[in-house]
Amino acid sequence: MALPIYATPLERIWYYTFRVICALIFLFLIAPILIVIPLSFNAEPYFTFTEKMLALDPTGYSTRWYDLLLTFGMAQPDVVRDSSWWADAWANSAWINAAKNSVIIGFFSTLLATFLGTLAALGLSRPEMPFRRVIMAVLISPMIVPIIITATGLFFFYSATGLANSYIGIIMAHATLGIPFVIITVTATLVGFDQTLTQAAASLGANPTTTFFRITMPLILPGVISGALFAFVTSFDEVVVVLFVAAHDQQTIPRQMWNGIREQISPAILSVATILVIVSIALLTTVELLRRRSERMRGLTPG
Amino acid sequence: MSDASTVPDQTGPLKTADGKPLKSALAAAQAHRTRRAFYLVAPLLFFVLITFLLPIGQMLTMSVNNSSFYSWLDRDTGEKIPLMVELREWFDETPAGTEPDEAAYAALVSGLVHARDVKAAGQIGTRINYDVSRTRSLFTKTARKAPKMEPPYKEALLDADEDWANPRLWGAMRNASKAFTIDFYLSALDRTRDDQGNIVKIDEERAVYLLLFKRTLIMSALITFMTLLLGFPIAHLLAILPLRHSNLLMIFVLLPFWTSLLVRTTSWIVLLQSQGVVNDLWVSLGIISDEGRLQMIYNQTGTIIAMTHILLPFMVLPLYSVMRPIDPSYVRAARSLGATSWTAFRRIYLPQTIPGIGAGGLLVFILSVGYYITPALVGGSTGQLISNLIAFHMQNSLNWSLAAALASLLLFCVLLLYWLYDRLVGIDNLKLG
Repeated sequence: MALPIYATPLERIWYYTFRVICALIFLFLIAPILIVIPLSFNAEPYFTFTEKMLALDPTGYSTRWYDLLLTFGMAQPDVVRDSSWWADAWANSAWINAAKNSVIIGFFSTLLATFLGTLAALGLSRPEMPFRRVIMAVLISPMIVPIIITATGLFFFYSATGLANSYIGIIMAHATLGIPFVIITVTATLVGFDQTLTQAAASLGANPTTTFFRITMPLILPGVISGALFAFVTSFDEVVVVLFVAAHDQQTIPRQMWNGIREQISPAILSVATILVIVSIALLTTVELLRRRSERMRGLTPG
Repeated sequence: MSDASTVPDQTGPLKTADGKPLKSALAAAQAHRTRRAFYLVAPLLFFVLITFLLPIGQMLTMSVNNSSFYSWLDRDTGEKIPLMVELREWFDETPAGTEPDEAAYAALVSGLVHARDVKAAGQIGTRINYDVSRTRSLFTKTARKAPKMEPPYKEALLDADEDWANPRLWGAMRNASKAFTIDFYLSALDRTRDDQGNIVKIDEERAVYLLLFKRTLIMSALITFMTLLLGFPIAHLLAILPLRHSNLLMIFVLLPFWTSLLVRTTSWIVLLQSQGVVNDLWVSLGIISDEGRLQMIYNQTGTIIAMTHILLPFMVLPLYSVMRPIDPSYVRAARSLGATSWTAFRRIYLPQTIPGIGAGGLLVFILSVGYYITPALVGGSTGQLISNLIAFHMQNSLNWSLAAALASLLLFCVLLLYWLYDRLVGIDNLKLG
């Protein structure tokens, strides 16, 4: 909305003030996330810009904290960096092991959440679904119920059933936390779904399975994938359930970060944070592209 | 007319080709479709039942579980051994507040001997310690001496430790002698039972939980207000800009949304700590002196700033989705009818955004009431919320029943708000990005 020509001087002032205020709020939103990137290249163990950094002196910057991520926990970090050094890092580095655990747990919980969530979303989107509202409320509730309550409940339940300290237990818990996101994104895709397409497929002789895989699936796929990405991020960022039900040696990236922040925060945390910010930028880009693709396919206004 | 008389079943119910009445055939088809829809949802419902509803149910049972004084679970055999049987019988036979007689002391000694044999004295002591402080060692110490005690048991016990005559201790044991109790809820609401079994408030200096519930609600309300204050202008800007520009600016809202919670919390620690970026900037600008660096983290301020930042997208997104479809011609019409821009905003635009304010506000409030990670990391001692206390009782004091009672109360608050959200906004309208 451009400034109309009949605007009074006061309105002109407000027009620009409003934009300045908005710019400051956007800065408040984004600055904390971007600030960690330059700080993670600090050559000194401080959390602020040193004078050398401000003067853009190359000696003020270093990748030592990224190096520490690799070497921390290694058996022999100081030997020549040949293939055996890398093998040592792969096997023993604490952060690499945490990343491996996070990826394994994230992958399987996403798979579980996406499969079950998509099926349920298909059922919930049918007009004849009984108790639709109540069931929807129950399935969304893991997102609403405070994580500490879920973790407490899981702790009691897993201790009683022997699922504590197991990968399966964590994967199931993380899948539950990811399911609301899958249901929300997939049902959102199904809201604009043209039912005559499946009827047309059926009238042309396709059986329900073929109709699903050839007609429905390609159309809802963008929603399914963004739901899956949400579920993965939820698992990849989850720390409370892991703290409550996982064994001590089951470290994940967020748990390592949690311990790092609680005990002694070192700039190595900032280098992990930087990597995670880059990952989230990649994920956001993917989701945006998927959303636009979905809108194009369903003939909605292009974003 | 004559044609109609040749069709045989004209007066009977309509039938399908295979002779079934149309009505029941339709009902059968409808039931079949309903079942099909339900079968799609059933696997997930079953999964959520196991990984979510049952654990929550178990937590609710735990909140009334009072078994520490009642029975001991043998880890090797999985067998439940009853504890303090005779003493519990004595409590059952006598009214609350009865002066313990020789029979009671004898029952106590035999109970302690038995507890020592099955190594449960520590568990019993811990349970009584919740109600009367510094009694855990009293139980373990006396249990060691108990096998050698001779009648009269009252003198023997009082010789071992005079605290055994303490009426509060006997009241606590009486309260602990039932398998199920609501006493943990009483503790969670800063109430306790006196020697007569009446519910009374606990001493001012020990009352923490109601204070924390109040603090949690006040801070959540404050955070909700802050997100509204910051979220409204940018949601409005995003809504009035052309889609090309607003989609670009939307990245500023969505990127924080996609970034790890721990990363955002870490950033705020880095920014706000006394040797951090913000303080450095202000010192170099001469706003504050080097000695006067502000303490903005590890207190309430830190929790509020970080949580406002983290929850802001949850306010902006619902506001935006309500503001986008608002027709600008209403405001223009108001202006052409002589309203000032402030009146047009207040009387025409603002009322149309109420659904968005309600949806965003409720969502942010629900999420902040149960927040744990951020207050735990940046809250220090004054910025802790009720969730942090639940975690404390789960991990440090190991008073699991009290933790479960606190969690159940919190759950009740959240479910109430969730129900309200569903009523006013509808869960279907929850959108992500």
